[in-house]
Amino acid sequence: MDVLLLVIYIMASNEINILLKLKGVKDMRFRLTLLAALFLAFLLVLAACSGDGSADPEDVEDDTTETEESPTEEEAEEEETAASGEKVLVFARGGDSESLDPGSTTDGESSRVTQQVLEGLITFDKESFDLKPALAHDWEVSDDGLKYTFYLEEGVTFHDGTPFNAEAVKINFERWADPEHEYAFTDDGYVYSMYGTMFGGYKGDPGHVIEEINVVNDYEIEFILNQPLGFFLQNMGMSYFAITSPAALEEYGPNINENPVGTGPFKFVSWTKDDSIVLEKFEDYRIEGLPKLDRVIFEVIPDNAARLVALRSGEIDIMDGLNPDDAAGVETEEDLVLLTRAENNIGYLGFNTQKEPLDIKEVRQAINYAIDKQAIADALYAGYATTAKNPLPPGYLGYNDDVEPYEYDPDKARELLAEAGFPDGMELELWTMPVARPYMPDPETVAQIVQNNLAEVGIDVTIVREEWAPYLEKTSQGEHQLYMLGWSGTNGDPDYFLSSLLHGSNAGTSNREFYQNDEVDELLDAAKRAVDQDERAELYAQAQEIIAEDSPMVTLVHSTPVMATSSRVVDYVPHPSTSESLAEVDLVD
Amino acid sequence: MTTYIIRRLLMLIPVLIGMTLITFSIVHLIPGNPAQVILGEAATADAIAQLEERMGLNEPYFVQYGQYILNLLQGDLGTSLRSNTEISKEIVPYIAATFELTFFAMLFAVIVGVNAGIISAWKQNSWFDFLAMLFALIGVSMPVFWLALMEQWIFAQELGWLPAHGRQDSRDPIAPITHLYVLDSLIHLDFARTITVLKHLVLPSIALGTIPMAIIARMTRSSMLEVMQSDYIRTVRAKGSGQFLVIYKHALKNAMIPVLTVIGLQTGVLLGGAILTETIFSWPGIGRYVYEAINYRDYPVIQSGILVIAFIFVMINLLVDILYKKLDPRIKY
Repeated sequence: MDVLLLVIYIMASNEINILLKLKGVKDMRFRLTLLAALFLAFLLVLAACSGDGSADPEDVEDDTTETEESPTEEEAEEEETAASGEKVLVFARGGDSESLDPGSTTDGESSRVTQQVLEGLITFDKESFDLKPALAHDWEVSDDGLKYTFYLEEGVTFHDGTPFNAEAVKINFERWADPEHEYAFTDDGYVYSMYGTMFGGYKGDPGHVIEEINVVNDYEIEFILNQPLGFFLQNMGMSYFAITSPAALEEYGPNINENPVGTGPFKFVSWTKDDSIVLEKFEDYRIEGLPKLDRVIFEVIPDNAARLVALRSGEIDIMDGLNPDDAAGVETEEDLVLLTRAENNIGYLGFNTQKEPLDIKEVRQAINYAIDKQAIADALYAGYATTAKNPLPPGYLGYNDDVEPYEYDPDKARELLAEAGFPDGMELELWTMPVARPYMPDPETVAQIVQNNLAEVGIDVTIVREEWAPYLEKTSQGEHQLYMLGWSGTNGDPDYFLSSLLHGSNAGTSNREFYQNDEVDELLDAAKRAVDQDERAELYAQAQEIIAEDSPMVTLVHSTPVMATSSRVVDYVPHPSTSESLAEVDLVD
Repeated sequence: MTTYIIRRLLMLIPVLIGMTLITFSIVHLIPGNPAQVILGEAATADAIAQLEERMGLNEPYFVQYGQYILNLLQGDLGTSLRSNTEISKEIVPYIAATFELTFFAMLFAVIVGVNAGIISAWKQNSWFDFLAMLFALIGVSMPVFWLALMEQWIFAQELGWLPAHGRQDSRDPIAPITHLYVLDSLIHLDFARTITVLKHLVLPSIALGTIPMAIIARMTRSSMLEVMQSDYIRTVRAKGSGQFLVIYKHALKNAMIPVLTVIGLQTGVLLGGAILTETIFSWPGIGRYVYEAINYRDYPVIQSGILVIAFIFVMINLLVDILYKKLDPRIKY
């Protein structure tokens, strides 16, 4: 195209000369090329100058009001509502959604959007993982924990007009559970991995807990379990298990991932990949007076600095993923508001508890004392992180605040090492993650701090580097001594942290400590089966105490994501799960 | 001319086969199991096995390659793991976005670069020549991301003249037809939006066009100086033509041949490699598409994206070769 342009340009240059000499002007083709070249040059000038035109914001306003008067009345009215009356919120984030079919994705950027369009039976409270009614206004659990009955909201419709009822709920759950289901779209690559993780597998698997789903009547549905699952209700609150209109599943088939239809406060309008997703107000939303916004636009701005520029210039209203280093600046600006999300992850340094000398508890404790967690939090997160004493983030059910943290104490570490028979120190390998994660934004720096800390107590650390896939494979096979990794929460249940990371049955998969403590396993199993939440909390608290004493990992930090909004945005509350409903959010001038 | 084009097209076949071999190998060159890399730390053994099955990773290499070529010949670029959508369908808006940006960047680069080069050669060793070549040197050496961030800081944040990101005002989007938004807004006869879209193009086009502009300016100048020394120019001068005519009518055409190579190559580079500019200005182009795919470890998209970029590059080169022939009929292969 540009080469073509150049040819035009050369020809036009010739043309000018010829024109100057006043001959050859009869050739029509030459004249046309000249015209084309001039037009393109004009476009460029236009592009270059258009900036000056809007230098003065008042000028622009004057211009628009003038143009509004001139066209026909109808058009003018339309434009007015588009320009002034509508409340349009632009939410900018670093990456695009993978899919807008919540069940078949585990991506946080996807659930951030689907949370607005679809709803589940239960939802989480604004700032915590406490349960709140959504499409089910009430629910009951049988004493043995095997039967859950949900009472559904009446008179709710999906965005496509289909009535919401128990049958719709059943179809959605069967779709996720049964790969053979007509709406499972297995051949098109749909995998419902979150369902498999949270409900113990799929239809026919031995661990699958949902035995059957009974529609009692239009507004009452029963889930029969074959074994108790302590976090069943907690699962129901996850954005991944939101209910899609059965009519839409029929209509769109495997394209449902680009055409979400739910009962949520906003309707899906359009999606331009890696650019923007547009949602608009659902007028018949089940809660009167909500949503307050007319339109919500999720925009992708990959660069953190560019996103902040866009926020400052008013192009966007909310930005996710603020650099911790920019937070201090944002705090002082009048037009911006700094927000933090409750922490929902853990970054840790794990021990291979099966390998010498890390199989000795005193050695693990000594290393725990030797590492300066506060220094890591300060160096890497600009203070937007709290040091961790449990693998579980604070605010979780059963978080044990009575656990004594391993305070930074090199003397004590040396003492313990001597006690364990290593008065002259030792040599250890530290495996370092090759990728950055929210819980570990700079693994290399962490490795260096750990190396220095341990050198002080006489432990000589060699840093081992591996590519990401071999790193994960080899650590799960136990080739490492010390390694670093982390974990992020999904359903707000302690089981997802404690069992995944430290249950003996997960040794060799997600339990890379190869930590085996029968007492802990029993406590975790009992907590998983128990239905009474207070009882579960007590069991998890006990487990954390034993874990802290055994010290299978050095819990480093829980990082606190920071974000910023313009001061026009009101009632926006970030949720620890990273997806929050925007139904109550409003824009003021 | 036709035989020439046909011969050039036939020469493309081994190049294309080489390209597919390289893109095919990408998945197999990363250390470890690709399925494990894609799924990350929370992957279960089942999930890994499932993904291997779906991507056909458990077949022997030659079967996989054969299947890959067969699919390509049918226009099937595979399915994105990230979005579960056909790549051949999904890639279109990205290509359009990159195309639009490249067009305006090269428009800027060619108009400014060629003219600066010509005037520098014309007024050799004048203050204009020195200044233009100094700027060209700075332009070639300046990191694109730095220029982009400076532009954003000055023109978007401090002065507020121009938008810092995206292709259009996201509060007031265009209904896409061709996905070339300038064209789309013109088709809709919606000139207010055309202005908005052009405004969004200014900063990224300048950021992206600066390096090619500088290269073109330098190349035009040196090529022009060389041509100006040749015999035929002396003859033209002897005929009594004015300097302007000598340069623009007689010298430029011959001086353009090496410049055209540079323009062709730079266009190819911009069409494929504008990842930095596209990321900083949130421009949803092909560079961003591949970049995001790398972040998500979406190997089918990485493979097909690179293949498409390479294909465009090869095609641009073909076009340049054909234009050579047009400019200089003596050229033979």
